[in-house]
Amino acid sequence: MAEYKLNMDQRIDVEEILKDLDKYRPRRRGWEWRKPAKELKAGPFTYRDIAEPMAGESVGLMTAHYFENIDPQPLPSITTEIASGRFEDDIRRMRMVAHHGADHIMVIRTAGQSHFDGLIEGTPQGIGGVPITRKQVRAQRKALDMIEDEVGRPINYHSYVSGVAGPEVAVMFAEEGVNGAHQDPQYNVIYRNINMIRSFVDACESKKVMAWSGMVQIDGAHNANATAREAWKVMPELMVQHAINAIFSASVGIEKKNICLSTVPPSATPAPCVFMDLPYAVALRDLFSEYRMRAQMNTKYIESSTRDATVTHVLNMLISKLTSADIQSTITPDEGRNVPWHIYNVEACDTAKQTLLGLDGLMDMVELKKDGPLPEKVRELKERAVLFMEEILEVGGYFNAVEQGFFVDSGFYPERGGDGICREITGGVGAGTVFKRESDYMAPVTAHYGYNNVAQYDESAVNDPAKLIGGCTFECPEKIVYIDELDEEDNVNARMAETAQFRGKDCHMVRPEMEWLADGTVLINMFFPTSKRVAEAAALEVAKRMGLADAEVISREIMQQSEGTRVELKGRFLEEIDINELDIPEEPDVMTDDEIRADIERKPMVVVCGTVGDDEHSVGLREIIDIKHGGIEKYGMKVHYLGTSVPVEKLVNAAIELDADVIMASTIISHDDIHYKNIAAIDQLAKEMGVREKLIFIAGGTQVTPELAVANGADAGFGRGSKGIHDATFMVKRRRELEAAGKWPK
Amino acid sequence: MKRNDDFSVRHQKLAGMSDEELKAYFWKLAQQVVDPLLEYGRTHTTPSIERSVLLRMGFSSLEAKPMVDFAIANNMIGHGVGNIVYRLSKSEKISIREAGVALSEGKDWDKAAALFEGGAN
Repeated sequence: MAEYKLNMDQRIDVEEILKDLDKYRPRRRGWEWRKPAKELKAGPFTYRDIAEPMAGESVGLMTAHYFENIDPQPLPSITTEIASGRFEDDIRRMRMVAHHGADHIMVIRTAGQSHFDGLIEGTPQGIGGVPITRKQVRAQRKALDMIEDEVGRPINYHSYVSGVAGPEVAVMFAEEGVNGAHQDPQYNVIYRNINMIRSFVDACESKKVMAWSGMVQIDGAHNANATAREAWKVMPELMVQHAINAIFSASVGIEKKNICLSTVPPSATPAPCVFMDLPYAVALRDLFSEYRMRAQMNTKYIESSTRDATVTHVLNMLISKLTSADIQSTITPDEGRNVPWHIYNVEACDTAKQTLLGLDGLMDMVELKKDGPLPEKVRELKERAVLFMEEILEVGGYFNAVEQGFFVDSGFYPERGGDGICREITGGVGAGTVFKRESDYMAPVTAHYGYNNVAQYDESAVNDPAKLIGGCTFECPEKIVYIDELDEEDNVNARMAETAQFRGKDCHMVRPEMEWLADGTVLINMFFPTSKRVAEAAALEVAKRMGLADAEVISREIMQQSEGTRVELKGRFLEEIDINELDIPEEPDVMTDDEIRADIERKPMVVVCGTVGDDEHSVGLREIIDIKHGGIEKYGMKVHYLGTSVPVEKLVNAAIELDADVIMASTIISHDDIHYKNIAAIDQLAKEMGVREKLIFIAGGTQVTPELAVANGADAGFGRGSKGIHDATFMVKRRRELEAAGKWPK
Repeated sequence: MKRNDDFSVRHQKLAGMSDEELKAYFWKLAQQVVDPLLEYGRTHTTPSIERSVLLRMGFSSLEAKPMVDFAIANNMIGHGVGNIVYRLSKSEKISIREAGVALSEGKDWDKAAALFEGGAN
């Protein structure tokens, strides 16, 4: 059978991805950074802080069509986190985000995996993340190999090397071509209550394996932001946490260029967050100049409003731009209300791309001040961090400091709130599982950390312990043992069988979807002119009458406590839509430029146009007309543009006076259906003046639906996205029809 | 412990340092904090480290787990579980895989123990 390849016009076939996984080998190891392209020209613009463009397919920003459909790519790698609980559906989302510019895809682990003492195998469903297993990792890496070919750019795949099985997970990741991982023993200790000695001993081995594999490492310090009561007060501690993991990792052998600090601007609006966060960002980049920055967005102060979250995230990226970011991570704007949905992963990637492109070249025009509050605060933060580190040593080292609750304290160090997280040296998960190596201790494998008495067997193998066994899986991947499934019920095959009618090339059934295929989830935005509680109840009643299952209000915003409330509601629409039974309007008919030009040469055409009513919009109509925007003038049509806010009488009178063939009305404002009322008024007036039969009348505007324009008396309507060629094609065809019917009076 | 912000007093000793000196001092302290942790890692092992060694030797996660559990029960993990597999395969003249699978099934631990009697070689 032919090898499966992605087809742009078809959904990715997950069943094909799952085939022959036991034989699949990843094509590479290690991280791939974007390649800088200095002074890149794209469309009419020149960019300064930009990466080489994607060599394959991509989806540009919404507004790209104004600018020759360019899709420039900012310099930092862009991260998105995808882990809906069903890795098979996440594969489809990975393709979507890759097309929107993500090249770092991070998979969150299922709840509780960090306490699982060993590797999980098979493909069980996850909660709040995905169970990370060899099969799941292999399937997603295989899919990403295909997706990176489609978009023409390497995609980095990432998950977590933490918990009580860190070294095993690291080995599996190295074998399976995972490109990046979180690894920070402090995370285990503080947030997962894993025994601190176990965590640091395990971390040595995990990091050694990651170093061999060329993986990028991200630390876990950002979690202190999310945990501390007043996140901005932990800034001195954050620098200490970063330093401990960074120097520990470098000492084990990870190259500094592969060690990334996970840093988050700690505060958010309504705080003056840039003023507070910028000194911290500068201090960090000064002290850690040899390391890389993974700029994460703030998750601590996120609410249910996706708009509010997006503004915070844009301000976070302003900090990235004013300082630096090697990886720009994104938080989906819906994270404050649910496990992220497809559309919000895409939105987050677009927000990053849009912001970073918009700020391109900024630092060639502005610079950070070298006097005043910025350098003063930078210096103060560094000194506070140094004092913190001194006190760790004074109390007898890191373990004692943790035991005494030094970390995630709410005080701005050296202030202490006395509410830090305390862990006992002899406590936590995995306590008592650290063993002293005997003098004959030996491990015949590559990338093993620490004491290893290989010489007792073979002096020549001291620098290559795996030589003792003819190479380990790192040299001989054929030695890897692949396990398919262990649970007969909780696995991908069982889940996919449940949605079989929505899969496959010939599938013609659809349901709305937000995270899993055919989940039926819909989001409804509503406004009620009532108080919050009434609005919430009314929204649920609407959902009930619409027949939605599992309806839940996920966001409410007061407009004014009595005048009204905005409500966002999610629910599930569980009927199936047969696409064969849909009435799908045909794509607009388009003639070639030459054909249109020839017809105008055969017989000239005069067009009178303007934006009608009290409406000052001019851009759309100018684009339809102007030769420089590819408008209808280029076909030789004679266009009389009357401007904006043209009364309908003036438009019809001008058509009569100029002996025009066509009236073209632009109508943008749609409040109270005024756009359709204007269309009907023109039709009516032309009839009253006895000229309607002698004119082709077309109307357009962003809110115009073609069918409704015709119902209101126009010969044709043109909505959002229409171009001059669509209007011209209609005019020429309509004139030919009328001529053929003997109705064209001229 | 609760403590008021006494930064203005504490930082006096640092005030004379240049930014470069402060940075160098920061990293010197950081290295001092992690050095004992690195030494602990160098001289100790854990069940997860040993399982990760066995994975690299070509055993599955399902095989590696009981091998390490048996090694702990037999008080032998300090030799390295990969070492136990290696020495058994040499002495019995069987493959690494055969030795490991037997150990994972709870077999041959008496033979393995005998190979490590008398302490370090």
